[in-house]
Amino acid sequence: MISLDINGRVHQVDADPDTPLLWVLREWLGMTGTKFGCGIAQCGACSVLLDGQVMRSCSVPAGSVGTAKITTIEGLSPDGSHPVQQAWLQHDVPQCGYCQSGQIMAAVALLQEKPKPTDADIDEAMSNICRCGTYNRIRAAIHTAAGNGQG
Amino acid sequence: MSSTMQMNRRRFVVSASAAGGGLALGWLVPWGASPAMAQDVMHTTAPTGGGAEVGVWTVIAPDDTVTVRIARSEMGQGTLTGLAQLVADELDADWSKVRAEYVAPEVNLANKRVWGDMSTGGSRGIRASVDYVRKGGATARAMLIAAAAQRWGVPAGECTAADSVVTHTPSGRKLRYGELAAAAAQLPPPADVAVKKPAEWKIIGKGVKRLDTADKLTGKQVFAIDVMLPDMLSAAIAQCPVFGGKLVRFDADKVKGMPGVRQVVTVDEATVAVVADKWWQAKTALAALSITWDEGPNAKVSSASIASFLQEGLDAKDAALGQRKGDVAAALAGAAKTVEAVYGTPFLSHATMEPMNCTARFTGDKVEIWVPTQNGDASLAAAAEAAGLPLSAVKVNKLHLGGGFGRRGQQDYVRQAVLIAKQVPGRPVKLIWSREEDTQHDFYRPVTQCKLTGGLDADGNLVALHLRLSGQSILAYLAPSRMVDGIDKNMFQGLLEGELGYMAVPNLLVDHAVRNTHVPVGFWRGVNANQNAIYLECFIDELAHAAGKDPLAFRRSIMGRNPKHLAVLNAVAEKAGWGTPLPAGVHRGICQFNSYGSYTAAVAEVSVSDQGALKIHRMVAATDCGHAVNPALIAAQVEGSFGFGLGPLLYSECTIENGRVVEGNFDTYQVARMADMPQVETVVMPSGGFWGGVGEPTIAVVGPAVLNAIFAATGKRIRTLPLTHHDLKRT
Ligand code: FES
Ligand code: FES
Repeated sequence: MISLDINGRVHQVDADPDTPLLWVLREWLGMTGTKFGCGIAQCGACSVLLDGQVMRSCSVPAGSVGTAKITTIEGLSPDGSHPVQQAWLQHDVPQCGYCQSGQIMAAVALLQEKPKPTDADIDEAMSNICRCGTYNRIRAAIHTAAGNGQG
Repeated sequence: MSSTMQMNRRRFVVSASAAGGGLALGWLVPWGASPAMAQDVMHTTAPTGGGAEVGVWTVIAPDDTVTVRIARSEMGQGTLTGLAQLVADELDADWSKVRAEYVAPEVNLANKRVWGDMSTGGSRGIRASVDYVRKGGATARAMLIAAAAQRWGVPAGECTAADSVVTHTPSGRKLRYGELAAAAAQLPPPADVAVKKPAEWKIIGKGVKRLDTADKLTGKQVFAIDVMLPDMLSAAIAQCPVFGGKLVRFDADKVKGMPGVRQVVTVDEATVAVVADKWWQAKTALAALSITWDEGPNAKVSSASIASFLQEGLDAKDAALGQRKGDVAAALAGAAKTVEAVYGTPFLSHATMEPMNCTARFTGDKVEIWVPTQNGDASLAAAAEAAGLPLSAVKVNKLHLGGGFGRRGQQDYVRQAVLIAKQVPGRPVKLIWSREEDTQHDFYRPVTQCKLTGGLDADGNLVALHLRLSGQSILAYLAPSRMVDGIDKNMFQGLLEGELGYMAVPNLLVDHAVRNTHVPVGFWRGVNANQNAIYLECFIDELAHAAGKDPLAFRRSIMGRNPKHLAVLNAVAEKAGWGTPLPAGVHRGICQFNSYGSYTAAVAEVSVSDQGALKIHRMVAATDCGHAVNPALIAAQVEGSFGFGLGPLLYSECTIENGRVVEGNFDTYQVARMADMPQVETVVMPSGGFWGGVGEPTIAVVGPAVLNAIFAATGKRIRTLPLTHHDLKRT
């Protein structure tokens, strides 16, 4: 049994400790907001926060998480009211939407670390792939969430 | 449910039910209604059976909410919102009360499958649906007005509608749509209704926000890969890495007893799958299966051998004719100067963000699937065939797609899911491909090369242009029956009269030597327009250079007969400040192209460091798509299409070695990321009178604009992609 603290609730999961956190979230716990895109830490679709740090959950064995607090897209806000989600709404960021859970989690982590990120900060931190190409709007939404004015 | 279904000549379906006292009106969207759609139709496989689908439903509830439900696939392109705008405008609905959704399985269930026959359909987006969708909105409006007139006992002609309210003008009496919906549902749809003129549009043409955003920000949006069903199992799959190879054996004993493993199943002669409680367990077991493949006759084919095969086609005598005008050979022979160049582009994978997946449940006499598909009709047919059951035994649940880009018009993963489910009867099985399978078993954008020859007269005027394509035909692979006289017209996308912007060139020849490989090919967002635009527009730049003329001025000189092409070209030139000074080291490139009925142009501003590092600072894009349903959505599509188009320019390619695709995951099949993406400034300039495409056409102008700017910056002419093959270092 693995014990995981996810979005403020502790879950007991009967999975092999090597199982990536992504699949524990999706298949054992039915939390499908966190997405599978590559499985090798390349695309960021599976991004979650571990004690506030953004991690690619496809490459984090569930057994290694320990007591770290996990935040997934479902736990960001009860109703989509987190400032990053609101900025995303304002800029109509998503197209297909598949990458956006991961993009939002990466942006939340960036803004925690750098409340006023520059374009260069955004280029560096936001390496998540969006095949629909919504990058311009992601950038603009991050600037809005940061209160950087229209970016 | 008091459903009074009736179908009249106008092919409307009325139901008094779905919203409990509301009006539900459904109508058919025809297949292949107009020639203007030809370019879009080619994105999907041929329809099976009937010529129409019930494509759109509008439900007006007692609380005035208008819900537009569509059968079409939403892949992110915003079609849902655009279609809702078309309906709502004709309906004279209050936009703040309009919702849009496409039919989800649970909605279907809750409504006792009233949307049952909606599970068919392709992806032809807005322009294929325009007339029917608007007629549907107008019909519902006429029925609501008729219901109000009946209640008041007045002639319908004395009533008007606006903002979801019918008003009896002489008396000032008013009734809300919600109050009228139930009564309207009892009326027959009028035989014919007129739609508004563009000047009367209120919601069409407005940049309203997308209606489907909220759930994509909270993780609530259910994609097909997220489907959870009671008793569900998962499957991971391995297909012979070499196309045309076969499965010889695997060692099932090795994985028996591994956690969660239920069964190892042979799917077909080239495919094996492990079924387990969880996908992760299935995938882990699959890796331990010790599979032996018979690689078959193609195991020696490589990108290099394919390239020489195509090269031979560049000068081959036999070629399919695209267009001929004047006498190119004679004009070239008499030209003061001739220029020749050979270009080439590689195979590309679609790499949708959500990998291929499908869930299937087989219960002996029935099969039900949950699928992210661009063509529900084809999914249904594929499931029936794989199950060995009649079409009527199949239920298709279309779910949200995490990207499509043309990949999900093919049904290989549906067939596999059903073949697996058949061997685990009674339980739903969710098949998910790994990213590696997804990259290595695609229907790739075909490989082509192009030899261009141009002739200039003594004044530098272009007097002759020959464009010879050599390479693989998509139709020859997917739908040979749709070729006409052995010619795949799609190969010439953007290069024929009606699309080509340079019809003023007196001598023109466009032809294609078909050279098919063993690699499966298919429709990739933008299809042949992307490659053809690079060939044509980079070469036009070469000609301008050879003529000693400015690339913009040179293009203008051969666009005399193509005013709309010229207009978008001028628009980007003006917005980008063509000819005005730039910061030191920054250079511009320009191009234009027409595809999917839309006129597009772009300017790129780039710099290249001494070490060869490319930076794209800014891109300006213009599009004239005729009527613009939602300019804000169009701008988003154009920006996105640039992000999509940058991948193949900078990094993406599928290399063939030993008969298989070498690249597997995003570490090797690289795509554009945030740091690659310039700010895209979009000029949406609808000139009216036609409905052009939006999602695809602008991809084509990304490559040539950047490549022409790179030439301006470095003097280096890049003729093969991606750029990773080239060293831009100053020498
Ligand atoms: S799925 Fe984890 S980074 Fe791609
Ligand atoms: S919105 Fe489709 S992949 Fe990002």
